[in-house]
Amino acid sequence: MSLDRQLVQKIAHLARLEISEQETDMYVETLSRILGLIEQMNAIDTTGVAPMAHPTDTGLRLRDDAVSETDQSGKFQRLAPAAEAGLYLVPKVIE
Amino acid sequence: MFNKTLTELSAALREKQLSSMELTQAFLDRIDKYSALNAFITVDAERSLAEARVADERLVKGKAAPLTGIPVAHKDIFCTEGWLTTCASKMLANFVSPYDATVIEKFKAAGAVLLGKTNMDEFAMGSSNETSYFGPTKNPWDTTVVPGGSSGGSASAVAAGLAPAATGTDTGGSIRQPAALCNLTGLKPSYGRVSRYGMIAFASSLDQGGVLTRTAEDAAVLLNVMAGFDPRDSTSVDRPVPDYTATLDHDIKGLRIGLPEEYFGEGLSQEVARLVETAVEEFKKLGAKIVEVSLPNSNLAVPCYYVLAPAEASSNLARYDGVRYGFRAEEYSDLLDMYRKTRSQGFGAEVKRRIMIGTYALSAGYYDAYYLKAQKLRRLIAEDFKQAFEMCDVILGPTAPTTAFKIGAKIDDPVAMYLNDIYTIPVNLAGLPGMSIPAGFAADGLPVGMQLIGRYFDEARLLNVAHRYQQVTDWHARMPEGFD
Repeated sequence: MSLDRQLVQKIAHLARLEISEQETDMYVETLSRILGLIEQMNAIDTTGVAPMAHPTDTGLRLRDDAVSETDQSGKFQRLAPAAEAGLYLVPKVIE
Repeated sequence: MFNKTLTELSAALREKQLSSMELTQAFLDRIDKYSALNAFITVDAERSLAEARVADERLVKGKAAPLTGIPVAHKDIFCTEGWLTTCASKMLANFVSPYDATVIEKFKAAGAVLLGKTNMDEFAMGSSNETSYFGPTKNPWDTTVVPGGSSGGSASAVAAGLAPAATGTDTGGSIRQPAALCNLTGLKPSYGRVSRYGMIAFASSLDQGGVLTRTAEDAAVLLNVMAGFDPRDSTSVDRPVPDYTATLDHDIKGLRIGLPEEYFGEGLSQEVARLVETAVEEFKKLGAKIVEVSLPNSNLAVPCYYVLAPAEASSNLARYDGVRYGFRAEEYSDLLDMYRKTRSQGFGAEVKRRIMIGTYALSAGYYDAYYLKAQKLRRLIAEDFKQAFEMCDVILGPTAPTTAFKIGAKIDDPVAMYLNDIYTIPVNLAGLPGMSIPAGFAADGLPVGMQLIGRYFDEARLLNVAHRYQQVTDWHARMPEGFD
């Protein structure tokens, strides 16, 4: 199927990407071509086939509920674009 | 020294023919001399030489570990404490990792010297190394063609003799395809064999770390170091690690090599087909039996992969939001605007394209038609391999359909680019180990690789088969002109 401009803008919003008017046309074209490739999947009937999420096909391993990490928040927060008093700073969200 | 194997270098260090400082400096000099290849993103001579100095002290005391004093380059996808770890993205261009990936820890424990961080496709999304924020890497065999990708910097560096060996990662062919295009040995282990902890995530059910080396023997030496259970990776498999060098010399008389008919059909260049068929004749001389096998659903692996990998990527890359680390846009009006501007400015075109495809495939109303459908196909593709391995011990075919293409030739046509990985992607979907080894040179003078695919956790056999072939051929020993 081919995508339209409105759907491209909706996907961009879900993905938290800003796509300009010009870029929208480009995405309509390239994403539609990629979907054309993807839709070759429909050539095979997969009724009754169990989906495979993972190569090892097993569940997640459990571990003991024990403290294994030390507090390194200061070290990690030094990487933040904006941090203060142990908090990550973002634009105001509550007026 | 720059074209010696790891075993040879290790012996030279232990016999005090040279020091790790001298060896490391020699490679740093070559990295500098051939900087036009753009194989490295970060080189820090001072740090590397400091590690070499420590290695020399250990060597003097006779306390050497397997790789003590050997310089190894790492793909810039592995977190390395105190080093820039960029994943070739503007998003992480300022990211100095606060911790080491398990793979890096293991190399350190084995005594290796960190030689630098290699260039790659941005977030490992690409087959040509052209999507790097730091510019394309060139192939030393012809600097107008691509080295392959996404581990293209690692491939270019080892092929040009700028590093004795390098790590890579492989989600859909990102170790094997550049190995093929640069005349190297590339090993992608089974999913779960090597820890993914600290390896920046692209598609978590497919990503696997491995190596690019000159020989299968070197790959075995490095897999001995890298492999093993890691409680910090929830998908790491708890199985003993054999000594992969112990079985390299085993006889392969009677080994059943399967040739999948689907790997020799439409789309494969005649030159590549001819060289792979010549290699098959060589294996017959070594006593292997050739059997025909079929992987009937393999032609649907690329469409299946381009749902699953972008879907997982769209989820994994949601973490880059300009809050905790990495790039943040300079101007924005509110929180949502900050997310959107940060991500739009921080990611390159191919990464955004895959995030968009993945977001679409997972969005309400489309999930069953794309994601679920692809997961069902993945099962069929994995079952094909299971059936084929009832008839044979190893599967052999081409690694890539053509030799390396010109820089710029496919970058504007994503679908053409994706089809480079037609023979490698099925292996990732099934989680199997795969290798690419040199099989000769096409008429254009460019190297051709052949792919060996093994049963789950059967890396030892792949390495054995590759090693035996390298004992009777010398393609892998060839160096590109101007770098020899």
